[in-house]
Amino acid sequence: MRLPDGLVAVVKRDCPTCVLVEPVLRRLGAAVWCQDDAGWFDGDDTELELSYRLGIETVPTLLRVADGAETARVVGWSREQWAELTGVPDLGEGLPEHRPGCGSLSVDPFRVDALEARYGGSGLASRRIELAELEDEHEALFDRGWTDGLPVVPPTPERVLRMLRGTTRDPAEVVAVVPPDLVECTVEKVAVNAVLAGCLPEHLPVVLAALEAAAAEEFALHGLLATTYFAGPVVVVNGPVAGRIGMNSGVNALGQGNRANATIGRALQLVVRNVGGGRPGEVDRATLGNPGKFTFCFAEREHDSPFAPLAADRGVAGDAVTVFAGSGVQPVVDQLSRDPASLARTFAACLRVNAHPKLPMAFDAMLVVSPEHGRVFREAGWDRARLLAELEELLTLPADELVRGAGGMAEGVPAGLAGADLPKFRPGGLLVAHAGGDAGLFSAVVGGWVSGETGSAPVTREVRA
Amino acid sequence: MRTVLDPTGERQASARELLPRPETLRGRSVGLLDISKARGDVVLDRLAELLAADGALVRRYRKPTFARTAPVDLRHEIAEQCEVVIEALAD
Repeated sequence: MRLPDGLVAVVKRDCPTCVLVEPVLRRLGAAVWCQDDAGWFDGDDTELELSYRLGIETVPTLLRVADGAETARVVGWSREQWAELTGVPDLGEGLPEHRPGCGSLSVDPFRVDALEARYGGSGLASRRIELAELEDEHEALFDRGWTDGLPVVPPTPERVLRMLRGTTRDPAEVVAVVPPDLVECTVEKVAVNAVLAGCLPEHLPVVLAALEAAAAEEFALHGLLATTYFAGPVVVVNGPVAGRIGMNSGVNALGQGNRANATIGRALQLVVRNVGGGRPGEVDRATLGNPGKFTFCFAEREHDSPFAPLAADRGVAGDAVTVFAGSGVQPVVDQLSRDPASLARTFAACLRVNAHPKLPMAFDAMLVVSPEHGRVFREAGWDRARLLAELEELLTLPADELVRGAGGMAEGVPAGLAGADLPKFRPGGLLVAHAGGDAGLFSAVVGGWVSGETGSAPVTREVRA
Repeated sequence: MRTVLDPTGERQASARELLPRPETLRGRSVGLLDISKARGDVVLDRLAELLAADGALVRRYRKPTFARTAPVDLRHEIAEQCEVVIEALAD
């Protein structure tokens, strides 16, 4: 819109200073647009388009315009400044010399995203889809196949812009090539799916890091998606970022009820579904799957852990995510062990059955040690390496017990291995984390997937702002 | 009017026509791809016998692991050398 030459003002009726200067504006014959009352002056800016385009931050704002372009501007009321801008002396008789203005509605935090999306040339590259008037917006998103079976938040342009404020990264930056369709996924596409998942902007950097980790070659995301096995990506978050964005590492850490945990894990899965095209029954051929394929993300409880942070032990100190191909939760109960050797034996016995008690080196696992179990190791001075060394010894299994047919079970290792000793886990195939509520002598085994070079290896990546 | 942004990769798979089914396998190169699933070789060994008996020229291939997609080189090799491919997908 071309501005009329002369004096132009933007006001809102809710602002006492604007009400104060109304007679002045009428005497000056200024062209006045009002933000909150279409009938107050001739100009109606209740859509806030003019205010947005002029970059109005305060009302009243008075402009001088020549040849359609702004040549001078004052904000609030100042007799001296208004006189200088208008060239009219003795303005506003009876008014105070100065009166500050009020905030413009166009910079109201609740409106600014919508205005930017509508008028800002937002730079968003994603295809815009207009929903018909009679479509229920939630049903419309189900109908388009964009959900994991639960409702999603409609990814409107203003919500996506708000989400993108959670990162300093360029929306056009390619974060990962997402299988199965091998699509280059931009920060913007991650943001769209983070909106769907219900994330807050401060969650976005963690989602981005989780996607970078999951897309690493050694994680084998394509195979993880396609497998008939149960597994899906499990995300463990370390560092101050976890507390800052409100993640749960305590009571019910692996369960429901925490927005950050729930939506970060879900956003990663929605990226695989929507950007990568990985959908159950298509490329995802899981026989049974597991409920963690909706979302499986938690923070490690670091403050009283007997272990160094998981990511730090894996070479990335501070804010970081570790992704692990996990298959659901198996309880570990031991309410009697008070010394670490006994408790380690319990862990070994429960870990031995991972996938099948007679299958060694085939599947990884993550052991999530609870605080009450962790205390036993902390007080005895056992760190992660010590516990893993103990478990490795306890889980070196005689192949005679594992060969096909042993114990009356056909499953097992080839008979040719009889007489050997076999480790249950490949080197690096057992992760140990610390999480959970204060009470409960329970830990958890998160079963893994096909391990190492033939399958998936855990990946740790830094969370960047 | 409510507008939402497309969360998908915005790709459309190109439709490709299937090649016509060969009338006979006699004299044709038939690739057997073992994806390294347990006992996939049992099925493929028997198929190789039957195909050879029908006069097909059988070529054998193997993926390093079932958990990952076939390496590009392997896919090229199969495409160059075979007219028909049979994949042993699962155990």
